[in-house]
Amino acid sequence: MRTRRKLTTGRVVAWIAMITFVVVTVFPFWWMVRTALTPAADLFTDNSSLLPHDPTFINFLRVLGLTTEAEARAAGGSGAKIDFARYLLNSIIYCGLIAGCQTLFCAMAGYAFARLRFPGRDAVFAILIAALMVPPIFTLLPNFILVKDLGLINTMAGMVAPTILMTPFAVFFLRQFFLSLPRDVEEAAILDGNGPWGIFWRIALPMSRGPLITIGLTTIVWAWKDFLWPLLVGRGEENRLVTVALGVFRQQSPNTTPDWTGLMAASTLSVLPVLILLIFMGKRLVQSLNFTGSK
Amino acid sequence: MKTTKRRDDRRAAWWFLLPVLVGFAVFYGYPAIRGLWYSVTDYTMLNQPSFVGADNYTELAQDGQFWHSLLVTVWYVVLNIGSQTLLALGVASLMHRLTRSTVLRAALLLPWLVPNVTVGLLWMWLLDTNLGFVNNLLTSLGVGPVGFFTDAAWAMPTVAAINTWAYTGYTALLLYAGMLQIPQYLYESAAIDGANEWRMFRRITLPLLRPVLALVLVVSLIGSFQIFDTIAVTTFGGPVSATRVIYYFIYEQAFRYFHMGYAAAAAICLALILGVLTAIQMRLLRASRSDLA
Repeated sequence: MRTRRKLTTGRVVAWIAMITFVVVTVFPFWWMVRTALTPAADLFTDNSSLLPHDPTFINFLRVLGLTTEAEARAAGGSGAKIDFARYLLNSIIYCGLIAGCQTLFCAMAGYAFARLRFPGRDAVFAILIAALMVPPIFTLLPNFILVKDLGLINTMAGMVAPTILMTPFAVFFLRQFFLSLPRDVEEAAILDGNGPWGIFWRIALPMSRGPLITIGLTTIVWAWKDFLWPLLVGRGEENRLVTVALGVFRQQSPNTTPDWTGLMAASTLSVLPVLILLIFMGKRLVQSLNFTGSK
Repeated sequence: MKTTKRRDDRRAAWWFLLPVLVGFAVFYGYPAIRGLWYSVTDYTMLNQPSFVGADNYTELAQDGQFWHSLLVTVWYVVLNIGSQTLLALGVASLMHRLTRSTVLRAALLLPWLVPNVTVGLLWMWLLDTNLGFVNNLLTSLGVGPVGFFTDAAWAMPTVAAINTWAYTGYTALLLYAGMLQIPQYLYESAAIDGANEWRMFRRITLPLLRPVLALVLVVSLIGSFQIFDTIAVTTFGGPVSATRVIYYFIYEQAFRYFHMGYAAAAAICLALILGVLTAIQMRLLRASRSDLA
């Protein structure tokens, strides 16, 4: 325990600065929710108090596609079909597929690079690591053309294809971790007659829960925020992600009088899942920054 | 021991590596080569690419829009990285000297977890000229409403400020993690010597944080150069190209005008710039390891 320091003027000022920063960070989210709960008709008259005078859930219902078109129009919608329930589900599938598969495959490769002996190991690893230097824009256009030629535009398969198998960073990060695992447990397992697969599944993976969760969480956050690639490949209604849907919603909304209450309700829905993630995994997420600080 | 040393796992190894190698070959290696090829062709996605030599590059060199987009991007990077790094350094130091609260850290992380698209929409609403919270506040203070996104002079500083808001907490937490590695006794003995907080920051925190700070700076710089999402939902490159950054330029060339070859050449120019920055990052990464050992 550190000794409690005296409350000097300097510390009071420092606390005030800190709290101000936190308020500036969090307040916009409050204003987003507050707007989402305001009836569209009240937006001109009721936009200065911290709580809406006449709160309503209609904006959430209409962007979730739970109202009729007439009801949505009456509540300020443009009449275009909006179904954020579906987009949320798509985004969750997208994140789950990429985070799950990528973490597993990269753990397998990281383990092979760290522990198995085979000719060409270091050369192959060096080539993978060189790809860390290649910015995404370099492969974006050719990948789009490839996915288009394969006929995978507007499919979930086309959307997840470039990242579901690997990212160089995940391979690099997990290899570093496997290198740091103590060897003696594995050697005992070899003596017990386990092959590489047995050791990997029964020993290496269970011992690396922490780093696997770190990579998985980072990948989920990254995939949740992903916009340009799914915009190019998955613009169609069926596989549209939340981020792409927000962009489309914004473009459909008239420029002079945007559908602010609807947009804020949809924005709130795009924050909700990561907020839940933060509440349940906050400690992990914060700790993961110490690991991936070098990313 | 001898037997494990000499064993050869090549059979198993290729199965372990198979998914990653396939992913790498198909979505990194192959497109990298295709990208280089497209950049020296005339290609609209409808025709067969036809070789045109260095034409795309010479055209780029004379394209005012291209240079303008690079200039605009650098302007954004300066505004964004400058404000974000200074603020993050301040917040990290405050946290370092005041509290270790996980709740506080989680709150600072929230904007980073949110899609850039959401951040863009959220601030478009807060900064709306007629109904936005900020302009309401400004008007009640007697400062007229500001067209944050519609005024060409304001648009880029606005976009930069929005992303500073979104990424300062995250950056601060990275710097804070670096500060935690500085031994506590340095501060204790400095306090005994009667040093004040500002002096401790200048003489202890800043010099010992330097490797981490440099690394964080380069990483944010690389990210900042790739600004796209925020602009794609707020200004669409406007008003009058004021926010048409290089990523947006490439995007429009490729997917609005279908100048695939031209866009590929521009992407390679950007990749070269980012490649230099990444190479610096790698060096710093090695430097920071040896410094903190």
